[in-house]
This record gives sequence, C-alpha cells and structure tokens, in this order.
Amino acid sequence: MRVSFKTSYNHDIRLFADGYQASRYAALVVLAVGLPFVLDDFLIGEVTGVLIWAIAGMGLMLLTGHAGQVSLGHAAFLAVGCYAHAILMDRFGLPFLASFALAGVLTGIVGVLIAIPVFRLHGIYLAIATLALSMLVEDIIVLAEPWTGGVIGLTAPTITIGGIDMDRFGSPDRFYWLCLAVVLLITLGYRNILRAPLGRAFVAIRDSEVSAQAMGVRLAWTKAAAFGLSCLITGWAGALLGHFFYTFNHEVFTVVVSIQLLLMIVIGGIGSIHGAFYGALVVGMIPQAINIGRDWITQVIGTGGVAIPGLETGVFGLILVLFILFEPQGVHGRITKWRIYFELFPFYRRDLFRRQRSYLKTERIR
Amino acid sequence: MSLLDVRDVTIRFGGVTALANVSFSVEPGEIFAIVGPNGAGKSTLFNLISRFCEPEAGEVRLDGASILDRRPADMASLGIARTFQNIDLFETSTVLQNLLIGRHTRRRASFASQAVFSPAARREEIAHREAVERVIDFLDLHASREQRIAGLPYGTRKVVEVGRALAMEPRIVLLDEPASGLSTEESRDMQFWISDIRAELGITILMVEHDMGLVSAVSDRVLVLAEGRVIALGTPAEVQSHPEVLHAFLGIDREPEA
Repeated sequence: MRVSFKTSYNHDIRLFADGYQASRYAALVVLAVGLPFVLDDFLIGEVTGVLIWAIAGMGLMLLTGHAGQVSLGHAAFLAVGCYAHAILMDRFGLPFLASFALAGVLTGIVGVLIAIPVFRLHGIYLAIATLALSMLVEDIIVLAEPWTGGVIGLTAPTITIGGIDMDRFGSPDRFYWLCLAVVLLITLGYRNILRAPLGRAFVAIRDSEVSAQAMGVRLAWTKAAAFGLSCLITGWAGALLGHFFYTFNHEVFTVVVSIQLLLMIVIGGIGSIHGAFYGALVVGMIPQAINIGRDWITQVIGTGGVAIPGLETGVFGLILVLFILFEPQGVHGRITKWRIYFELFPFYRRDLFRRQRSYLKTERIR
Repeated sequence: MSLLDVRDVTIRFGGVTALANVSFSVEPGEIFAIVGPNGAGKSTLFNLISRFCEPEAGEVRLDGASILDRRPADMASLGIARTFQNIDLFETSTVLQNLLIGRHTRRRASFASQAVFSPAARREEIAHREAVERVIDFLDLHASREQRIAGLPYGTRKVVEVGRALAMEPRIVLLDEPASGLSTEESRDMQFWISDIRAELGITILMVEHDMGLVSAVSDRVLVLAEGRVIALGTPAEVQSHPEVLHAFLGIDREPEA
C-alpha cells in the first residue's frame, strides 16, 4: 500500500498526487503518441474516433457530471461546432486553427444564450428542453440550406497547419496527433478548472443549490458558465467530428447521438474526467465488437450475413441497464474499486464504498 | 448602531402567518439566541435573513442598509453565513472541498487564469487553503479532512457545516439548531465552539436552538417566538421566568408559588 505523504499545500493542489501517478500518466501519453507507429491506418482512424468522442464526452461530463445539469441535446452543440467550423473555413477562408478556436467559442456563446432561458429548469424538465433543442437544430440544419447544404450536407475542408497536411484520409497519423493534442489541452484545462473555485462551484450547485447560494455561489451565473464551457468543448469535438466524417449532414447529429453521449458518460462513470474516456472507449468499440461478433456467429452457424436489426441499440441498452443496476459509478468506479482492492490487499472490505445512509434528507427551500 | 436590525416583519404562507410584526436587533459581538416551540417561525426568520423568503411587510437592515433587495447569493459577500437545520453539505465532496466552497466569495482569479491554473491562481488557492486550515485547526477537523461527507457521522457533519460557514470569515453566522441530534458530549463541544467563535474570531452569532441548557450557557440575549409573535426578549434568566414563556413552553398559566 502506497502512502502519499503531503508536506505542503502545493502538494495537494498539483495535478498528480505523487511521482508514481505522474509517471503512469506520462507513460499513457507516450503510448498514445507512439500508437500510429504500431497500428495500421484503419485502427488509427478508430482510435481517432474514440478521442473525438472523448472530447464530446468531456463537454457533457462538465455540464452533467460536475455541474449536475442533465442535457439530452448535446448533439445540437456538436452540430453548431461542426457547421460553424466548416463554414468559417470554406466561406470566410479562415485558417484551420483560427476557425477551430472560433467555432468552439461560437458554440460556447450559443450555449450561454440557451442557458439563460432554460437555467430555471431542473432535472427532467431541463432534459426535455434540451432534447427539444436537439430536434430543433436538426430541422434548422435542413432549413438553412444556403449555409449548411441542407440534406446534402457539407464536405469538411482540408486541414493544413504551417504548410503541413493533416487530413483525415490523406494523413491519418497526423490527424490523430492533432486530435490527441486537442484532447490533452482540454483535459488539462478541465482538470485545472476542477481544482479552482469554478470547479468547486459546479460541484456545489450539483449537490445542493440552496446551500451553494448560501455560500455565495450565483446560480444563474454558474449554470451559464457550465453551459458555456461545456458547449465550448462540445463545439471543438463537433469541429473535429466534421473532419472525421469528411462529409456530414443533419443525420449525423440526431437525437440518438445526444442520447448516446449521455449513455457514454453514465457508462464511463459520471462525475469524473476518466469516465468520459472510458465511456468513449466503450461506445467507440461496441459497433466494432458487434461486427466481429456477427462475423463469428456467421462462421459458426454457417449461414451468410446474419443481420439482426437494432442489435447495436439493444446491446447499448443492455450494457446501460447492467451498469445502472450493478455499478452506478460506471467503468471508472469499477476500475477504482479493483485498484484499491489490490492496493489494500488483503484488507479490502466489501462495504468500503457503500455510501452511509444520511440520516436526514436535505431541506429544500423551493 | 446595531449590526442586524429586523423591524416589524410579517411573513404569511397562504393563510398561515409565520411571523407577525417581529422586531429585534442584534448588536455586534453578541450571541443572540432564538427559541420557541415547533412552528414558531424560527427557521422562517433565518430564511428571511438569508433571503430565501420574502416578507409581506417590514424591513431587515444590516449596518443600517436594507438587505431586502438582495438575493441569497449576495448574503455571503455581505458577511452573513449560515448553517442549515437538517445539514446541507455537498455530499460527494470531501470536508476540505466543502470548507473551500466557503471561500467562494473571496476568489479573485479570472476564468482564464483558472483554466490554465496560472501562478496567481495557485497562490490564491494556497491562501484559501491556509484560511481553511485555520478553521480545521479551530474545530479539530483534522481527522476527517480528506473524507467525503457521505461517509461521515452526523455529529462531524454538524461541525463541518459550522466550519464551512466560518471559512467565509463572516461578520454574522446564523446557526440553525447547531446542537440538534448531537450527543451530550458533542453538544458540550458545540457549546465551547460557539463561545470561542465569538471570543477568538470576533464573529457575531445568531442561533436557533431548542437546548435551553446550551442557550443559557452561551447566549447574551434570547428572543422567544411563539406562533410567529415575539413573546419575550432578554437575558436567558429573564426569559426563563417570563410568564408568557412558561405558558408557551410548559403550559403553566401563572407564576408557580415559591
């Protein structure tokens, strides 16, 4: 069992608890950077997809996992980021980096504008309002044909940074590194916010709005900030997603994607950055796993092409139900428990993570 | 001039008059207790002062300035901290994080400087941390510093909530039944802390409490409410022998013969 002995306040504030933890994450980054040298182009494409979903997952995690505002409409913000980026590059001739940054900021502003009218809604009502938004944006994309290409959609412009081509299909390795860099920067920013007053304010409004207000946390402002930051990140994910799909139309950003994002963070482990990554991994890998499984079934049974309609959604649903029943903390929670089991071996107790019943329910003044 | 001045406040919820023409004022450095049977309007009064509910008539002044146009989130920066009767902590966070929330109104670092965690943001975090550590020292919370609220015993949570209010470095702290549900020993600890908060930190205390032992041990003045009306105001000894108080609490209608 390792003991982290703290000798200064800085020790508590810094990103990694100790050298061991820092070196584990460093090894992970090195592995991620080196991945294109090991994997072929197809697999790198798959991993790039997982990275982009992880960004989108972090966007929603910030809002739902940390600030406690459930959104069922994040596909809408993916779409805003994606189209804004494509339009800024194609129509306004902005270079990739400028357009990319601006697309995120624009999505963030849209998020804040949406947050102002809906911030009074709680729980299920907020979820319904954002669900409606998601549907609305789908229609707006179709209607705003001169800008969005309607049902035909748009084609992602090519990416060049400093004369180096970074396109999805032309140079998948470089596109992967680009996505990886974005992931790293966003993860770092996210971590920083969590250890700063803003992150604590998010957690405060999630756990108790009344108490947060009594501590001087402004609800409207904090919720708008959560929406803004969440949409900023989601917008960036959307911009990269456009490049990833190469061509896209309104069908890429359906309500199903919104729901899938929410499933992703729940399966991954709500309320942790890790959860966004695990969720992206699970959600990104399931379709491939099903394909492989389907091939295998075909081989075993011997009949050609078993096409089971709705298999993917079925598997998703099943996984979600199993997680909610047996591991509400998601993949991240499960992995943490395993890790602690081995760290404490043989002293782990089954009840170590059982939440103690609180004696009194919080008094809500509403 | 008194620090907190409540004048002729009336609050009605539908047909129920929670407070009727209640007036009192709290002097700086005072420990002021509010007692009364259930439904007397004590918590309503607290919710009024921390701006969670609106009066129908009357005025509440802090340092002579009305606070009725303020919102709940403004009260912290005005120097009014509070605890809740049923404990309202941030369950999933650690004790340390809960106390750090108390420093929220004292944050200075900008949005961007928090996102990149600039040296300025780091210095600020350390300063907050030092302030919180002083509270932890004061309330003896070392042992549970890194623990999540969700796993803490009730008595400790009660203390953490007081700590969170103190971390704000307020001028007045409103304690809503600080000793309810505590064991005799914990209740004694709370009693010492309440007098220490005034003696060492110089914070004025306004508290609602049922435990008359605690109230008479620490408070300078006691306000007795019954059915939304003030029935007595004075030192603990004065109040305890007040005929109307005896009537409201014990159902005794006349002075017992000596």
